[in-house]
Amino acid sequence: MSRVAAARPLLAPVLLILAVALIGSTTSTATQQNFITALVSVTIVVGLYVFIGNAGVISFGQISFVAIGAYSAGELTLPTQPKHFVLPGLWSFIQNHSVGNIPSLAIAAGLGALYALAVGLPLMRLSGLAAGIATFAVLEITYNVLTFWPKIAPQSGQTLSLVPTTTGLTQATVGAIIAAAAAFLYQSSRRGRLLRASREDPAAAQAAGVNIRRERLIAFTLSGAIAGLAGGLLVHQIGSIIPSQVYLDLTFLTLAMLVVGGTGSLWGATVGAIIVSLLDTYLSNAENGLHLGFFKLTLPSGAADLILGLLMVAMLIFRPQGLTGGREWDLTIPHLRRRRSETRADASGASGLDQASLIAESPNPTDSATEPAAERPAPPVESPLSGPRPEG
Amino acid sequence: MLLQAIIDAVAVGALYALVAVGLALVFGVMRLINFAQGELITAGAYSLYLTRNLPLVVSIIVCFVVCVVLSVLIERVAFRPLRGASPATTLVATFAVAFALEAVWLIAFTPQGKTADLLSTLNQPATHGSLHLRWLTIVELGAGLLLLGGTALVLNRTTIGLHMRAAATNFRDAQLLGVRADRVIMFAFVMAGVLAAVVSLLLTVSQPLVTPTFGLDVTILALVGAVLGGIDRLASATAGGFLIGFITSFLGDELPASLSNFSLSFTFGIVILVLLIRPAGLLAALGQSSVERV
Repeated sequence: MSRVAAARPLLAPVLLILAVALIGSTTSTATQQNFITALVSVTIVVGLYVFIGNAGVISFGQISFVAIGAYSAGELTLPTQPKHFVLPGLWSFIQNHSVGNIPSLAIAAGLGALYALAVGLPLMRLSGLAAGIATFAVLEITYNVLTFWPKIAPQSGQTLSLVPTTTGLTQATVGAIIAAAAAFLYQSSRRGRLLRASREDPAAAQAAGVNIRRERLIAFTLSGAIAGLAGGLLVHQIGSIIPSQVYLDLTFLTLAMLVVGGTGSLWGATVGAIIVSLLDTYLSNAENGLHLGFFKLTLPSGAADLILGLLMVAMLIFRPQGLTGGREWDLTIPHLRRRRSETRADASGASGLDQASLIAESPNPTDSATEPAAERPAPPVESPLSGPRPEG
Repeated sequence: MLLQAIIDAVAVGALYALVAVGLALVFGVMRLINFAQGELITAGAYSLYLTRNLPLVVSIIVCFVVCVVLSVLIERVAFRPLRGASPATTLVATFAVAFALEAVWLIAFTPQGKTADLLSTLNQPATHGSLHLRWLTIVELGAGLLLLGGTALVLNRTTIGLHMRAAATNFRDAQLLGVRADRVIMFAFVMAGVLAAVVSLLLTVSQPLVTPTFGLDVTILALVGAVLGGIDRLASATAGGFLIGFITSFLGDELPASLSNFSLSFTFGIVILVLLIRPAGLLAALGQSSVERV
């Protein structure tokens, strides 16, 4: 397969991102914000996908990397002059240095990666429920420290404001495409394939010589970099940030986006992020009154969350593998069908490891199942729950 | 006052232990982390608020009925169709149910807290020397011991308890041997509902201001505790729940003022450390602590 052909699965996510940007560019400035939000969400969710999707390990901690990105990019782009007055407690290094917009995004991504690497080094030996809880603990600690440590953030959780609002449609689009391209390059690289093999069958991958812990750490760090970049874009979009904006709610919302789209593919992450984000902002706007032809509909506050929650439950019941079923969408013309099926097997399996993929093909006994699952879940995000049944 | 801090911490620990038992019961039969457990507690608390002018007994009965019915309802509507789905899917599903219910409370009761003032006499201190012991603390301890004992009794001495233990060990084998899956799971959710009702009662007495996130915070911390102890077994999950409540309360009381803001960071720092050393839980059976369970 030629290089160009190999990159085909990247085409669909990029085209979708561009389509959203194009539609956004024709709308009014106020409505445009919704599309920018959707594109920033894509960046965050692609960041989540790089780790959760490829490794098959659940993490509740990735939003702390978004937080690090948001705070570092925000604080570093404040001009030093007001910074001395509004944030007197800040570390003198941060206080005395200011950078431009693009460098601040690069720093956000770098610090996100660095933090993820530092956290991942000890944590990547965990899997399943322990990994979920430990990464959740990271989120809690990040939130707690950002709220109460005046050396790195405004005092007692106050708003970091006056951040230049530079994230327009252009930057959000470029950011989302960079994230998608990075995620795609990684998942089709040797390293990415090794990790995906370990997701399908840890035992077989390990037996074939995959160092699962190292592969997971690489994905975790890349995920941290993308999340950090997303945080930078986020703070430059809103112009301010408080710790609770990058905490539980965002964690839930972005995980929902990933699950709705389908955990197993980049295409799923992109689709889920855009649909859920647009729906969320649309419903939230409806809480402030929505004009429907002749009458004005005002949803009570909280209705957006209710609809979103119910939709997600329904979605999980009727299509548990997400809208995309965890597959990449390959834009090919019909007479190339044969090759398409090849690519598919390629994208969802472990082509680098014959042994592992052979074993992964065999039906997987799911011990939590009370009735045989109709289809084998495409992206088996492994959890505690898939371990051997313990003594009660 | 070290002794005072310890007594307070024990009372908080008992409360968290009760929540942890509810989580572990459901986890045992369904391999499902039930985030919606917290919403049961919130529902119970709001029902206490709505019935605050009725006689106390009626109010409490309503609270129990609401919690149990909601618990069973959630299982029927949301979790039953998901049996056999991948664990990540069910985890996010319980998340979504909790999210949706929280929105319901928000719509019905607004974000402003509602005061459910009942049994306020229990908040009065029973002073002994320099020790201030609220009656509630004693009630919490008593209720905790009683319910934990009761749960153990049901599990070890009744047929349905035997079925539950069998299902927790190996669901499929238990089914083949004639254990009725639906009944066992339903019973686990009923018990979880009862436990949630007790917790919501105790919690409402100690902090009468009910908000939409009333039960969520407790549940998250109790879940962390249950995993810390080992959610696979009821006893270890309970102990873990107790431990996390104890640590949180104790650190909050005893950390020096300059650090007290960071008590949550210390708590979760300890959690990470314990998980790194014993990923299957602090009290998990030996031989289960292997890092990668494949």
